[in-house]
Amino acid sequence: MNLYKSISISGHNYTEDMPLFQKIQLAVVGLGFLIMLLAAFNFEALHSSWWLLASLGMIIMGTIGYGYGQYSGTVAGIKNNHVWQASLSSRGVIAWILGVFLTGFYVVLYWYPQFLGLGVAGAANTGLVGFFDPLSRLLKGQPASQWFMYGALYTIAIVTLGMKFIYKYRHSQYQVFRTISIMFFQTIFAFLLPELLLRLNIPSNDFKNVWPLNYNFFFDWHIDEMIKAGMFGYFILFWGIIMFLIITPILTYFYGKRWYCSWVCGCGGLAESAGDSFRQLSDKSLKAWKIERWMVHSVLVFVFLMTAMVLYTRFSGNSRILFLDSYQLSSWYGFLIGAAFSGVVGVGFYPLLGGRVWCRFGCPMAAYLGLLQRINTKFKIGKKDITLQAKFRITTNGSQCISCGNCSTFCEMGIDVKAYAQRQEDILRSSCVGCGVCSAVCPRGVLRLENL
Amino acid sequence: MHIVIIGNGIAGSSAARHLRKLSDHKITMISGESKYPFSRTALMYIYMGHMTYEHTKLYEDWFWEKNRIDLVEGWVEHIDTKSQSISMKNGDLIKYDKLIIGTGSKSNKFGWPGQELNGVAGLYQLQDMQALENASKDKVGRAVIVGGGLIGIEMAEMLASRKIPVTMLVRESSFWNNVLPPEESAMINQHIAEHHIDLRLATELKSINGSNKVISITTNHGEEISCGFVGLAVGVSPNINLLKDSGIETKRGILVNDLLATSVTNIYAIGDCAEVKTPKIGRKGIESIWYTGRMMGEHVARSIMGETVSYDPGIWFNSAKFLDIEYQVYGEITAELNGETESLYWQHVTEHKSVRINYMKDSGSVIGFNLMGVRYRHNVCEAWIKNKTNIKEVLANLAFANFDPEFYKQYESAIILQFKGNLTEPIVHRAKRKLRLVQDYLKTISLH
Repeated sequence: MNLYKSISISGHNYTEDMPLFQKIQLAVVGLGFLIMLLAAFNFEALHSSWWLLASLGMIIMGTIGYGYGQYSGTVAGIKNNHVWQASLSSRGVIAWILGVFLTGFYVVLYWYPQFLGLGVAGAANTGLVGFFDPLSRLLKGQPASQWFMYGALYTIAIVTLGMKFIYKYRHSQYQVFRTISIMFFQTIFAFLLPELLLRLNIPSNDFKNVWPLNYNFFFDWHIDEMIKAGMFGYFILFWGIIMFLIITPILTYFYGKRWYCSWVCGCGGLAESAGDSFRQLSDKSLKAWKIERWMVHSVLVFVFLMTAMVLYTRFSGNSRILFLDSYQLSSWYGFLIGAAFSGVVGVGFYPLLGGRVWCRFGCPMAAYLGLLQRINTKFKIGKKDITLQAKFRITTNGSQCISCGNCSTFCEMGIDVKAYAQRQEDILRSSCVGCGVCSAVCPRGVLRLENL
Repeated sequence: MHIVIIGNGIAGSSAARHLRKLSDHKITMISGESKYPFSRTALMYIYMGHMTYEHTKLYEDWFWEKNRIDLVEGWVEHIDTKSQSISMKNGDLIKYDKLIIGTGSKSNKFGWPGQELNGVAGLYQLQDMQALENASKDKVGRAVIVGGGLIGIEMAEMLASRKIPVTMLVRESSFWNNVLPPEESAMINQHIAEHHIDLRLATELKSINGSNKVISITTNHGEEISCGFVGLAVGVSPNINLLKDSGIETKRGILVNDLLATSVTNIYAIGDCAEVKTPKIGRKGIESIWYTGRMMGEHVARSIMGETVSYDPGIWFNSAKFLDIEYQVYGEITAELNGETESLYWQHVTEHKSVRINYMKDSGSVIGFNLMGVRYRHNVCEAWIKNKTNIKEVLANLAFANFDPEFYKQYESAIILQFKGNLTEPIVHRAKRKLRLVQDYLKTISLH
């Protein structure tokens, strides 16, 4: 047994010296964060648009430079050397430190935003939130909120680390196109457009954020707000329902859930860019798959139930059905799923459990898309036989699989791709987000994402 | 009935799995290398840090228990064919009713001076990888890889991943040109240089120097290259030391008939260690590749269950990856054309991509595909070769073979332009390669 042990940990003995260029880039990122940190601790002199620009500029340029330095001078191809040997990507000390930091950040963000400097009861912002005021005023003419600050950092993470991902996979058009799409939807639809709408005094909306992921879409306050807003509000309601009922089923039927999860969605976008260094950490065991199916579908049931009750309350004025209270249920959902699961665990645990923990175990949208992705049914309309078979699958190329395990290892959704490939079976799994990395890392060209 | 399998490589593991599918017999699989079967071809990825050993296991650990395949970890000392029993190094005795030998290969060593020094290793077993790991913990300085085949280039890539300067000694005048046609071979030479690996063509090892540990090697040109590690990758041969005095007939490997049975009743041999007495036309007696190991494993299970179909590996195929260049081959591709065959060859101007289609001069029947940096479908290529499909039909439907990911550039028109044969009318080809269309097309060609 000693031998296996020593092999599995042997890698940690290998550390690579970082080139000077990389070190400089990291130092620049570090300085950018230092400015932000000082501002967060109310170092007043730094609360100006110039320092904000300097801080974000250094973080952005440094991260892009780091990403470039990581793969420059290398021949285009798969870049997974030392993934299981470097501390950050193999649950080493750095990964734990980062995990604790991220988790802590989310706890403060969701439940103690005043510690981040959010002005309470009309008071002016201070600290980190206040540091982002100039950018917020520029975009929407209002001071920042903790969510504005978070959205800005989130977008920067997706764009800069997305660029790193593109450079890493520059030989793969699929990966390049998909990542550009993610960067686009995050920057325009999730970040800029909602802020600009606010500026124009129109209700803010992220048009790609679909119920049930956007779980408060049918909350009474949201519906009321939209109705009050007139035509545009009605359009937002209409669009949300169309997205859920028509666009999502159709696109998923033809292209799989990937059109959303790894081309459009912000949660997926962060996992694909910032979470790329951690994709190998997902659990591939059969046990994990069983837990996943129970959990993610339970959340789907939960969100349906909660939304149905909230709507019932809205239209009947009655908030109690049997022993359930719709207000309580929705606040529990918000706390457990909306905040604790998707934020704290979903991103906080990136360095320990991989980037798609939320998508895999908790996202009700992923569960819904997953069901659509597996549609396979025959029925009759009148005398006509109708077969509905969702098109997306990963096909296996004949007998070329060598069971090496790269596909399973780098599947962020924890699908044991190899188990299918070595039996020459197509992979039809509701959890597959179609990121295409299994196909990219396969050294024998065995896997292909296809629409039947 | 108790079926014992020695060796848990892909051959042994496949045999165990298929025996369980077909029967309820007691199955025991023995290995001294690792208790749980893992993918030998993935050893390089463990060293390079893409995966850990755990990731390379063929199945999760519970799989074997669930399928009632007993795994025994240990080395076999002796096989007694009279009493039908195996004695283990630790003294245990295991009785068998049927025995399958799948002991694999061992790395070749050609009696070079110094080949037993510390810091000299091959790459075949898990233990070899561990030795390589240990050797590269110290300052290696430079590593020298002897041999330019699939293992040689893997070892070079492994060491280079740790920034260890690598020199490769290759006997041939161009990389693997006893197998690859000249253009593909030249492409790999160039690619090796891009990875800053010092490729020495037409160079052989004369001696390995040092008293306890390697300090240098000397080439046949008399040049001395100082190095702290020497990787031997000059091929493998069947690992059959165990069978000395067992009475089982051997040549280079363990001789087996068409049912994969050896000269001794109730004993079978599969995988790298087996030598098929009468191989099918165009095939070799010993084929040390993953895929034939897997096929033999499945076949021996059928033979033991009483089927009398003779072993036929079908149309040749293989694949590999040379650093960043994926390689796939289907059918008959030889380093040099014989007089009866013609070759259509297309190569990308700037990128490392090429497609070669070999066909018969007179009939135009397609016989083989050789692909670099482009993925082709196994089933489509195989169907064309089996059906002796005409090159013109193949070219018209070439997109159906394309297995590259979505959005990749397709090169069918450029490939067709390379066709030098007589064309009474231009080839009109399809550009679409949708799965449904491919499946429909496959149905039409398998009807022929």
